[in-house]
Amino acid sequence: MPEPILQLRDVSLSFKGIKALNALSFDVERGEICALIGPNGAGKSSLLNIINGVYRADSGSVVFNGERFVRIRPAQAAHLGVGRTFQHNALFRHLSVLDNVLAGLIRHCRATMVEHAFGVGRDRRESREFNRRVDEIAAFLDLTNHRDRVVATLPYGIQKRVDLARALVGGPSLLLLDEPMAGMNQDEKQEMSRFILETNASLGTTIVLIEHDMSVVMGLSHHVVVLDYGRKVGDGSPEDVRRNPDVIAAYLGTAH
Amino acid sequence: MSFFVETLVGGLLAGVMYSLVAIGFVLVFKASGVFNFAQGSMVLCAALTFVTLRDKGLDFWLAALITLSVMVALGIAVERVVLRPLVNRPQITLFMATLGVSFVIEGVAQIVMGASVHELDLGIVDTPIEIGGVQVSQFDLAAAGTAGILVVALSIFFNKTRVGIALRAIADDPQAALSIGIRLQTLWQIVWGVAGFVSLIAGLLWGARQGVQFALTLVVLKALPVLIIGGFTSIAGAIIGGLIVGAGDSVAEIYLGSLLGGSVSTWFAYVLAVAFLLVRPAGLFGEAPIERI
Repeated sequence: MPEPILQLRDVSLSFKGIKALNALSFDVERGEICALIGPNGAGKSSLLNIINGVYRADSGSVVFNGERFVRIRPAQAAHLGVGRTFQHNALFRHLSVLDNVLAGLIRHCRATMVEHAFGVGRDRRESREFNRRVDEIAAFLDLTNHRDRVVATLPYGIQKRVDLARALVGGPSLLLLDEPMAGMNQDEKQEMSRFILETNASLGTTIVLIEHDMSVVMGLSHHVVVLDYGRKVGDGSPEDVRRNPDVIAAYLGTAH
Repeated sequence: MSFFVETLVGGLLAGVMYSLVAIGFVLVFKASGVFNFAQGSMVLCAALTFVTLRDKGLDFWLAALITLSVMVALGIAVERVVLRPLVNRPQITLFMATLGVSFVIEGVAQIVMGASVHELDLGIVDTPIEIGGVQVSQFDLAAAGTAGILVVALSIFFNKTRVGIALRAIADDPQAALSIGIRLQTLWQIVWGVAGFVSLIAGLLWGARQGVQFALTLVVLKALPVLIIGGFTSIAGAIIGGLIVGAGDSVAEIYLGSLLGGSVSTWFAYVLAVAFLLVRPAGLFGEAPIERI
């Protein structure tokens, strides 16, 4: 069994005395889709924020690709291959779709500003390569028709896809999706599910996602982790979790 | 009629000079949310450094190059030493910090370069020329041309280069920018460096216009109504705001001055700014903050 891509060990986090996460431990295997579920306030988003360095855990550690971190910074996490999307659409509203996606590649720039300004040296190959990758991801997520539109003018469902494209274009090995289907109708949810599955299957990206719609979660994920009041109450395959009495009590309501 | 046109054109061209100062504010405010009160001191510092080097007998371009390095280094140093340790503090704290920086810059400049008034000659002839029956100052035309080139260069920088895209990304959503690995602090340094460059341009033109003296820092006070009218986050707004203030000032001076006993231009811009605050608080090109209800 290869080493898990992400290991959380006794991660705790509190905000002014309120325990958001309480000694939480679980593993995410390489190449899987792992869903985090739990009622509002269970600590799901806090957990994503710890993994990509927005918050710092009070105790415990995060092991990513075999490297142990007590504190990681968001930009550093991105450079190490952690991509993420946001629950609210945190897009660059005034930029076009292409520029939003291109921004996701900026950390891979090697050419200096001078080379870039005059289009010489490393910049020529790099610019070609960047444009190719942006086009590729835009085509993959069916955004080609909207490529030059300013993001703020696009419908919500498409904006969500731009967010995904921006996170994906830099080739992350771990992708964190914070409620990628929040506020979507059934058709849009299906479409997004398809994109997530394709990303996982054809790019091999490991995905950790937060989702509330149980039918989506059950259809999408290989692995489900259930949180309740910052504690882990379930961890296993979707079928295991569905049968787990603690989970049913905490989240799914009483058994039928 | 031709007198009116002459007044208007003169005012518009003078307004461009205000725009030059306002652009420096916009750059920093847009990228990092800091209202940099030290912009005026940076303008002074640029003019004073340049003129001191020239007085020492340095060649024009060499002096310009050294001054440019000094200004970019100064901008970067302010970001690194003063603002970075204050990151995530309330805006008023950052503003007060830049106020402090402005005193430090002025004090040090005075110690190093003295407080006497210098004349600055850029080699631009300031005799009026006639265009279509209207007398126009050559110096003002040159200043407007410089501002035009600067604005085009900045808009290419912001729209076409990766650094520019990254800067606009930060302005829209810093958290998301971090999540894709954009290094905020590096980019803030770049923006402060660019602000140093813009204050060099403004410093040279204002210094040539008014003489290099400590009163030069007061151009900040003229830039403020420009920013209020144009909006704090738009370079286009800074230009339009400058034109409105410039034209308003000179037209009001001529037509209201005789009624009110003169010196209308010292306060007219602020009245305009107050009117804009009442009608359109975000300015012409600024964005109204969206608040959750």
